[in-house]
Amino acid sequence: MEMLNAVFVAPFVDMFTYPAFFVEVLLGGLTAGVMYSLVALGFVLIFKASGVFNFAQGVLALFAALTLVGLMTGTIPFSQNSMSALALPIWLAVIATGGVMVGLAYAIERVVLRPLVNQEEIIMFMSTIGLAFVLEGVGDMMWGSDVKALDVGIPSGSFEVNGVLVQVFDLWAAGIAAVMVAFLAVFFQKTKIGRALRAVADDHQAALSVGIPLKTIWVAVWSVAGLVALVAGIMWGSKSGVQFSLSLIALKALPVLILGGFTSIPGAIIGGLIIGVGEKVAEVYWGPLVNGAIENWFAYVLALLFLMFRPQGLFGEKIIERI
Amino acid sequence: MKLSKFLLGTASALALSGSLVVTDMAVAQEILVPSLVYRTGAYAPNGVPLANGIADYFALLNARDGGIGGVKIKVEECETGYKTPVGVECYEALKAKGAVAFSPFSTGITYQLIPKATQDKIPIFSMGYGRTSAADGSVFKWVFNFPTTYWSQASAVIKYFGDRAGGMDKLKGKKIVHIYHNSAYGKEANPTLEILAKKLGFNLTLLAVDHPGQEQKSTWLQVRRIKPDYIFMSGWGVMNQVAIKEAASINFPMENFLGNWWSGTESDTIPGGAGANGYTSTNFHSVGANFSALNDIKKYVYDAGNGAGKKERIGEVLYNRGIVNSVFVAEAIRVAQKKFGVKQVTGEQVRYGFENLNMDAARWKELGLGGFMGNVKVTCKDHEGGGGVVFIQKWDASGKKWDRVGSAKGYTPMRDVVRPLVEADAAAFAKENGITPRDCS
Repeated sequence: MEMLNAVFVAPFVDMFTYPAFFVEVLLGGLTAGVMYSLVALGFVLIFKASGVFNFAQGVLALFAALTLVGLMTGTIPFSQNSMSALALPIWLAVIATGGVMVGLAYAIERVVLRPLVNQEEIIMFMSTIGLAFVLEGVGDMMWGSDVKALDVGIPSGSFEVNGVLVQVFDLWAAGIAAVMVAFLAVFFQKTKIGRALRAVADDHQAALSVGIPLKTIWVAVWSVAGLVALVAGIMWGSKSGVQFSLSLIALKALPVLILGGFTSIPGAIIGGLIIGVGEKVAEVYWGPLVNGAIENWFAYVLALLFLMFRPQGLFGEKIIERI
Repeated sequence: MKLSKFLLGTASALALSGSLVVTDMAVAQEILVPSLVYRTGAYAPNGVPLANGIADYFALLNARDGGIGGVKIKVEECETGYKTPVGVECYEALKAKGAVAFSPFSTGITYQLIPKATQDKIPIFSMGYGRTSAADGSVFKWVFNFPTTYWSQASAVIKYFGDRAGGMDKLKGKKIVHIYHNSAYGKEANPTLEILAKKLGFNLTLLAVDHPGQEQKSTWLQVRRIKPDYIFMSGWGVMNQVAIKEAASINFPMENFLGNWWSGTESDTIPGGAGANGYTSTNFHSVGANFSALNDIKKYVYDAGNGAGKKERIGEVLYNRGIVNSVFVAEAIRVAQKKFGVKQVTGEQVRYGFENLNMDAARWKELGLGGFMGNVKVTCKDHEGGGGVVFIQKWDASGKKWDRVGSAKGYTPMRDVVRPLVEADAAAFAKENGITPRDCS
């Protein structure tokens, strides 16, 4: 009886008794969800364009952040020595890193993807696993394995509204995510290249047969995914410092993708918010019953529950194949 | 003709065998000290300075003193990536080459190696980590975890909090939160803290953070709600940096936020910028490069171009910890050489060296490390070396350095609380594994 009360009654009583704290938990979940969405978006972009789950997306974020810090601090690649005269201002370092990510996209298309056109998707998936390890190793050799502070000027600190603590950094993250989603939505829906991307995602060969240049499309989409990874790398790197565990943020995106669908940009956002809120509420109100640390696996429970009712995810495309 | 060929062949064979003997002797004039490192992977920011400190101290002994007792030390690194199965592979490979002692630098690897090393008669030196009850040498003959353990640390931390509160009796009713890495390592301090909470009357809340700890919002939401007087953290890697940032963002007073000795490095605090100012952590050795042994490293190792890392990073927390680890291993080898009258020591002899270490203030001074850390006296019964002294260090964000705070003498663990726990756990282990404890009387 005591157990039933602890599981089914006490948490809800707690929420209603301390509404300000409950609102703070919700807010914390939403802002954490935004951060997950930033990572999930990169996965969605690649999947939309090539039907491939890009295992290297987390490492792309790490590589982008490492490059950005390296350029901001004037680090000489492969030597790990810095020269202040080579340090770039933030805005220029961001642009230059964007350029590096576009260059990287070109190299990936040329070396990894092009030889695999029309191969099974699992083969392309395996190639992204290899890519992840290569990028991590190269990043280590280029920029070193130390934790690097990243400050691009995003304000930190917090303020209270009716007893609810609001963190300024989180508001910026939400704003940046909103801008990015708007940009991507326009890119996919309103531009010629966006439509071509969707055509390639449906069928490589059909797209090629109507004259859509597959190579260009892949470079474009990996470039955009690289830029999204840069944004994710900046936001996560600003929170924790830039270090190799940054690549593990991909793990936080998986339940978001399962829930939101692998092909939907709004799905990545909504999925992130649902996962963020769900795991925070579960951890704070039910976690103490089992010694805590339930949020990581609870996110997957939540995602799998959604899958039971919508196998394609909340916003994923329902695929009907005729036999 | 045949005779000349025979003589030539014989001479060649003798020369060859002679050269083989010489070569063998040359090989024999080295003691192999393995170094299980993690210079790559998520925990590399901690692994690199540790590995550099270990390598540099032995490089110093080789360059300045010609090794230990006239025998050069060969340090062979094996990359574990902080992964337990890889660490075990490293152990097997280096054991076969004649390694005399292992420092796993991972609680997970240590747990795996305890039965293996016991079987192979090679000492395991897990300095301030690993299995705490290995401090009972009557059960864990081959394992050493001096100068202090997680349980001792937890009790010293409570003493420090008592000091800050104005006396141990003032802890009654205070709220203390332990934020811990949700792993065997992170949980080590929990039983001691629970016992002390009952004994001293403070309210203890345990908050687990899952690996890697990149996202901790729910933990800090709970901290906001609990409003603890003090927070103790047993973190690792990115968990530390995120926790410090989160604490700063909810305006938790940093001087009441104390990390353990794996949660108080430059890598943990520098990413936090000015917000990390005032953050405190425990340590069992000094930081900084103002010691003659470290100056010697600059002179004999770095100026000769043989340094393992960057000269300016000598004196950082984990670099100095690597130095301490090497000092203890070197001293154990020295004691063994003296006791057994040999230069080329075996693992079994080095075990004797560990068990008979007596590092007092005079010895630390002789080594060029005067005041570097507390005294350590290891015995058959006590592989913790007396329990050690826990210092508290405070981060100065503007100077990017650690300053010692609290009692100048540091905080000694509550041996009366910790030692019975150690012995009880060791006895349970002995029973489970059919070990008859040694007579250490």
